[in-house]
Amino acid sequence: MSGAGDREAVFPTRQSLGLMKTKLKGAETGHSLLKRKSEALTKRFREITRRIDEAKRKMGRVMQIAAFSLAEVTYAVGGDIGYQIQESAKQARFRIRTKQENVSGVFLPQFESYTTEGNNDFGLTGLGKGGQQVQRCRETYARAVETLVELASLQTAFVILDEVIKVVNRRVNAIEHVIIPRTENTIKYINSELDELDREEFYRLKKVKNNKQRDNEAKEQAAASKRRGSDKENTADDPGATDILGEQEDQDVIF
Amino acid sequence: MAAPPSAYKDRHFLAVIGDEDSCTGLLLAGIGHVTQPPDAQKNFLVVDDKTETSTIEQAFDNFTQKRKDIAILLINQHIAEKIRSRVDTYTEAFPAVLEIPSKDHPYDPEKDSVLRRVRRLFGE
Repeated sequence: MSGAGDREAVFPTRQSLGLMKTKLKGAETGHSLLKRKSEALTKRFREITRRIDEAKRKMGRVMQIAAFSLAEVTYAVGGDIGYQIQESAKQARFRIRTKQENVSGVFLPQFESYTTEGNNDFGLTGLGKGGQQVQRCRETYARAVETLVELASLQTAFVILDEVIKVVNRRVNAIEHVIIPRTENTIKYINSELDELDREEFYRLKKVKNNKQRDNEAKEQAAASKRRGSDKENTADDPGATDILGEQEDQDVIF
Repeated sequence: MAAPPSAYKDRHFLAVIGDEDSCTGLLLAGIGHVTQPPDAQKNFLVVDDKTETSTIEQAFDNFTQKRKDIAILLINQHIAEKIRSRVDTYTEAFPAVLEIPSKDHPYDPEKDSVLRRVRRLFGE
């Protein structure tokens, strides 16, 4: 985390502070969700890789058996049937259907094999001899292909999951190391600016108060001194305004 | 992210690039398909010693990129070895490329492009 360097370009106001706080909260929620998603996917991914490893080995064995049964056919038929079969292949009997499986929001396709009924391109293969071997060989190879299809769906899931996990991890890291620190920095910046403004405001208010107080005092003093001045005048005048009904004898009035 | 459903909805077939025995066996299982004429296209390629590498590459590109109806491409490992760079750089999910052993060449997990990726991911 660099100190003041990386932050968003916002004005330091209370409103943007609120926005940033919401954003931080959102980022944290998103981060924890994505992290959990990534963990779930990784768990799945490890399971798949393990199964791929197993399936590949199994495939090796199955294909070996299948190749052996083909050798049996060649022996029983007493010639090469490859050409005949390649030429008579017309419509696929063995087909693939794709289904979807949802793993934490990621759709993983799954291949599923099915055989269409009713068409058989190799009805006449091995008619002369070796028909039984041909039949057995077909069954063996059909099983082998099923294994292959299973392996293929694992492999596709592997490729897709690999990609998705990369994307999710990139997002997790981006949120963790870029967005959250930056938002925190922005919040810190806004807070410091707001504090600064607060202090300024406080100082200003204090100053205004002081000024007012000073002015008031000055005014009071002025008023007091004025009052005192007029008091003096009053006291100077006062002796003339004695009680006329007092003991003092009135002077005789001479006309 | 994950592939859209349109990427694999219409993919029904398997394709094979292999030697004669592998092709024969897989065709016996019933995966062979020839599209309607006029542009009849087979979904398998029989490779022998005389087949050019460029032909194999062309078939590989055809099955992986041009044709949209193939879900899985099976390729013999010793043939994949000839076009190893193509197979290794192919990273799409559809169609899935699967290396299979052949009769004369036993399966070697060390050469498989996917298994090598697995190994690399787990740091072995």
